[in-house]
Amino acid sequence: MSNHPDAAAKTLDTNEFIKGLWKENPVFIQVLGMCPTLAVTNSVINAITMGLATSFVLIMSNLLVSSLRHVIPKQVRIATYILIIASFVTVADYVIQAVSLDVYKSLGAFIALIVVNCIILGRAEAFASKNSVGNSLLDALGMGVGFTFALLCLGGVREIMGNGTFLGYHVLSAHYQPWIIMILPGGGFFTLGAWLLLFNYLRKRKEKISMQ
Amino acid sequence: MDFDNLSFIFINASLINNFVLAYFLGICPFLGVSGSLATATRMGFAVIFVMLVSSTCAYGIHSLLLMLHAPYLELISFIVVIASAVQLVEMFIKKFSPALFRALGIFLPLITTNCAILALALFQTAKGYSFIECLVFALGAGVGFTIALVLMAGIREKLDLAEIPDTVKGTALAIMVAGILSLTFMGFAGLGG
Repeated sequence: MSNHPDAAAKTLDTNEFIKGLWKENPVFIQVLGMCPTLAVTNSVINAITMGLATSFVLIMSNLLVSSLRHVIPKQVRIATYILIIASFVTVADYVIQAVSLDVYKSLGAFIALIVVNCIILGRAEAFASKNSVGNSLLDALGMGVGFTFALLCLGGVREIMGNGTFLGYHVLSAHYQPWIIMILPGGGFFTLGAWLLLFNYLRKRKEKISMQ
Repeated sequence: MDFDNLSFIFINASLINNFVLAYFLGICPFLGVSGSLATATRMGFAVIFVMLVSSTCAYGIHSLLLMLHAPYLELISFIVVIASAVQLVEMFIKKFSPALFRALGIFLPLITTNCAILALALFQTAKGYSFIECLVFALGAGVGFTIALVLMAGIREKLDLAEIPDTVKGTALAIMVAGILSLTFMGFAGLGG
């Protein structure tokens, strides 16, 4: 790789990892990958499985795309990325099926739908195809953790309010009347909307303070 | 094939289990192109068309892979065939109806990355539908997508004129509106019987 023009990128840059956690968080800031974010966050265990599966596909595809970036012809790169991603998603699909059939059933088609998650294709095209293998790995790790964190934010709120439990353990008193709406589709939209509102508010306040 | 079953599949796919509002599929175009009523309608029709085409292809692939005993290739072949089908449809329309091609514009290629299309192929395989049932299911899903998109565009056109606090503007507001629409569509649950 030493003949590559981006010689500066040879060194590992921890910023590539950190930016995915907050500053460029795929869900809350870039608003990408909405379908799985809303669909599978009705319980914490679903959110964790989805986050881990997506991170696995993200890391593996970023690694492969980055190491093949001088080999893949420019004209067919998107088709190649999609094929790479689809292969890893098939692997993840069969692994989850083997490890826990219950989780597999509750996630349903959404594991297969990781293929069309725009975060993964977006990182392959925008980052891994231009940067070294090490940096691509850090980028994928950061984005994966950021995505899982966002899913947990949604899944935690929805499971506690909609079912009174967290990871299946009761956390609220027995007299708590569950808000069924939170685990229904509408609740997903409302929870995500509320989180986005909170982050908008915090950002606006920060801007106001820095202006004074 | 009796008519009752087909009409149930249609109503189920379009209203009760609406792809956008109950399954959260195709949220990206739903939030992206619901800015104006005219583009939303065109996008809706393009999606119905591509859904019918890809549903037919997916049915063929599934039967072929069953014969070859290679179900693990399903996902990869679906995505490749859908992408090529969209490309073919695009070239075909460009050649035979330039007016329609111009009207659809950028939305046609964007449909490839619409997760509703891949989900449709996966769902119809999982449910084991016959060929006619697949077509009705695709039509229902497409109509459901169009209904959701047009409703959303109508609401957002009105919202443009309203006075909204700065913090709420943008994605947060769109998602809240989608939540209320989703609640409304839960009312159709009784139709299933």
